[in-house]
Amino acid sequence: MANTREIRRRIRSVENTAKITNAIQLVAASKMRRAQDRALQARPYAEKMQAVLGHLSGVAGDPDTAHPLLERREINETTVILITPDRGLCGGLIANLERHTGEIVLGPEAGGSGDISMIPVGRKGGDYFQRFGINFRASFQELGDYPGLAETQPISRIAIDDYTEGHVDQVLLVYASFVNTVSQTPVTVPILPVEPPASAEETSGETQYIFEPSPQEVLADLLPRYVDLLVYQAVLEAAASEQSARMVAMRNATDAANDMIADLTLVYNKARQEQITSELLDITGGVEALKG
Amino acid sequence: MPLTLEIITGERRLLRQEDVDEVIAPGSLGELGILPNHAPLITSLVPGELRVKTGNDVEEFYVGGGFLEVHSDEVTVLADAAEHGGEIDAERAEMARQRALERLEQATDADRARAQAALARSLQRLRVLEHRRRRGGGGREMSRPTG
Repeated sequence: MANTREIRRRIRSVENTAKITNAIQLVAASKMRRAQDRALQARPYAEKMQAVLGHLSGVAGDPDTAHPLLERREINETTVILITPDRGLCGGLIANLERHTGEIVLGPEAGGSGDISMIPVGRKGGDYFQRFGINFRASFQELGDYPGLAETQPISRIAIDDYTEGHVDQVLLVYASFVNTVSQTPVTVPILPVEPPASAEETSGETQYIFEPSPQEVLADLLPRYVDLLVYQAVLEAAASEQSARMVAMRNATDAANDMIADLTLVYNKARQEQITSELLDITGGVEALKG
Repeated sequence: MPLTLEIITGERRLLRQEDVDEVIAPGSLGELGILPNHAPLITSLVPGELRVKTGNDVEEFYVGGGFLEVHSDEVTVLADAAEHGGEIDAERAEMARQRALERLEQATDADRARAQAALARSLQRLRVLEHRRRRGGGGREMSRPTG
């Protein structure tokens, strides 16, 4: 039979854990709302930019030669930008991202079409893949809970530079896409070479735009910004995913702790009752013995 | 029929206004004015001042480069950065200007372009402020942008 004092100590410790997980849950819930909000705010810009790119891709000439960022080359090296949280306590999110990325960079297919390198964004992914001796072209940490374009631009600029200088021939972006509060799935999005959205000619009728200075120059201005935007949006979505995964994981932890407290309290009461019963028996036994 | 103007950055929608009479924007080929019934146009922008005329009112905005699209009386500005004239921090712009000038003096080739771009941005911000002040300030009240 467990000692009552030991059980009481155990209950107190679980209660403290529940308090902490509950606090993390509340913080994550409020951060999640804000992160989701920011992801929504970025949407009009992205949609407009895609539309403009659609108009352009029809008129700027052969996509393979119109701009270096559109040019498809033979793939000698692929680099993977992996966006992960800096901190844990977010359930299976990080493990899922690592497994998903592992299939790309470590799996039997990896390197089949050339070398693999990575640009980890967020401490967790970097720590994990460092162990496998993968070449990091750069690494980023501590972007904060609400990163702005100023924070994500260095990431996309490195990718663009490496691509235009010919160090890498393909850039993939891996991040946790936000499906809903309880579900986040790792996705892989190729960002370089840029795949222009389907030409918008069908949707917008036969509008003939005037391009100033020229379609090619507008395209050259637009493409790097488009890549910036893809990375920025992925980072925003990853942030929303991280917070919601953490919120759900911590809610489960709090629930489990409360269940455990209920169970332990029951055991504690039983043990106390038994103790009292046996003490009473001792006393009555003693009294009987004196009578005799 | 008046124009509808939208100013969007990657981080927020700064403005959507439906009764605009004229937009004057810093195009990469020079300043351009857009009146109703303009032909469909896509142009790149350089850092500079964007003026919005509504009736007798003029509002100044700073845009930090980007694009402008005109299509069936809808003007969409996709800006790298955009601020309402009243939002610009004069002190910060002045400090940015001085920093850019210092850097320009000792810059090597690679940094030179960046310092020059920073200088252009800060100068344009100050110019917007200057115009706003000369016009005598407020213009009509604008709802504060969110985010």
